[in-house]
Amino acid sequence: MQSFFQEAVIPHFNFWIYVIIMMVGLWSVIAKNNLIKKLIGLSIFQTAILLLYVSLGVKEGATIPVLDHHALIESSHSESSEGSGKKAIAINPDHYANPLPHVLMLTAIVVGVATLGVALALTQMIYKDFGTIEEDEVLKKIKALHDDV
Amino acid sequence: MKAKIFASIAVAITGAVLLYAVSDFPRFGDPRSPANAGVEGGSPSASLYYIENTYRDTKVPNLVTAILADYRGYDTMFETVVILTAGMSIFAILRVLRRDDAPGAPASAPDSSDHSIDGDHHRIIVATTCRIAAPLIQIFALYVVAHGHHSPGGGFQGGVMLGASFILLALSGSLRDTLVRFSEQQYLRLAFIGILIYAGFGFLPLWVGRNFLDYGALSGLLMTSGEEMARSHSMLGVEIGVAMTVMSIMFAIFANLSTRGRLHGGL
Repeated sequence: MQSFFQEAVIPHFNFWIYVIIMMVGLWSVIAKNNLIKKLIGLSIFQTAILLLYVSLGVKEGATIPVLDHHALIESSHSESSEGSGKKAIAINPDHYANPLPHVLMLTAIVVGVATLGVALALTQMIYKDFGTIEEDEVLKKIKALHDDV
Repeated sequence: MKAKIFASIAVAITGAVLLYAVSDFPRFGDPRSPANAGVEGGSPSASLYYIENTYRDTKVPNLVTAILADYRGYDTMFETVVILTAGMSIFAILRVLRRDDAPGAPASAPDSSDHSIDGDHHRIIVATTCRIAAPLIQIFALYVVAHGHHSPGGGFQGGVMLGASFILLALSGSLRDTLVRFSEQQYLRLAFIGILIYAGFGFLPLWVGRNFLDYGALSGLLMTSGEEMARSHSMLGVEIGVAMTVMSIMFAIFANLSTRGRLHGGL
């Protein structure tokens, strides 16, 4: 049991956490009857995916992907004074976290909020039309409407 | 009850399959993982190119902003369009343009202006505090937008903060008073102007025969010393456009959701 933890869980604990959070979200989407609770589940699901992507970009001992501005300016000045022109400044990629997942998730978060707003608007309209946001009651009322016609 | 058992089984199976694959993933924080360094024997990861060359190409130290607004500018432009579309969908779904409610509907509270600070003395402290805090939040949001090149920040973050300041005003005081300062006409206009700014920065390089969103071509127009600085300044321009759209849509979502599309009364 301890060796299992040492080999499988601890080196990959970010994946374990993302799977657990994702399953919490999936369970509430399937099992919950209330539409708002389903939306909360969808948001939890989305958060798990954001966590997965950001954790993929983590590097041990690295800092945030914002370069040290002043050091770069000084090094470029000293280089140009030596006459080496537009020589590339040496930047060690191991010192900076992977910026790509951050970019992808940054837009995903804002778009997620906007689409959640659309979902809440639809829920409001469902409540206005049916007087309930419980899924089975909404389905019953839709069925009754069809039987009347 | 039956649904919950079924859901538990489905979730357990899905989780087990996902966890089974976990051992194939690289360990946490590995700088040599495929995502961080590329596949062994194959091409290196794109992130290495970004880290090593972004400052040379664009003179922007914040790699996230540079990738967001420059290298992946096309993606970000249409992400902003997605946000605008979401705002328009909420407008189409919820917005009630009639002044009076439907005659058959039970008369709701005639006017919630009683909930403004004049009618409710319990809200004076909260409303006054929030009214003082809102301009400070907005100044910090403008700093986040404008300084997004050099520190964590950018158009999306600053735009959300600007929108949140208006939502705070509407929550603490009343939505009606906030709409006097930031009316529906104004925020819808701002949302579209934001997209137009972004697309305009995309179309300008086409005039001089360069590619869409190739900001380096704007060095003559922006009077910069080189193509790198033109890219840096154009990034600020598109971030401002993004911030305008995001701010407007965030406030529009709140205003429509909290009043069921009537834009008066509400919370």
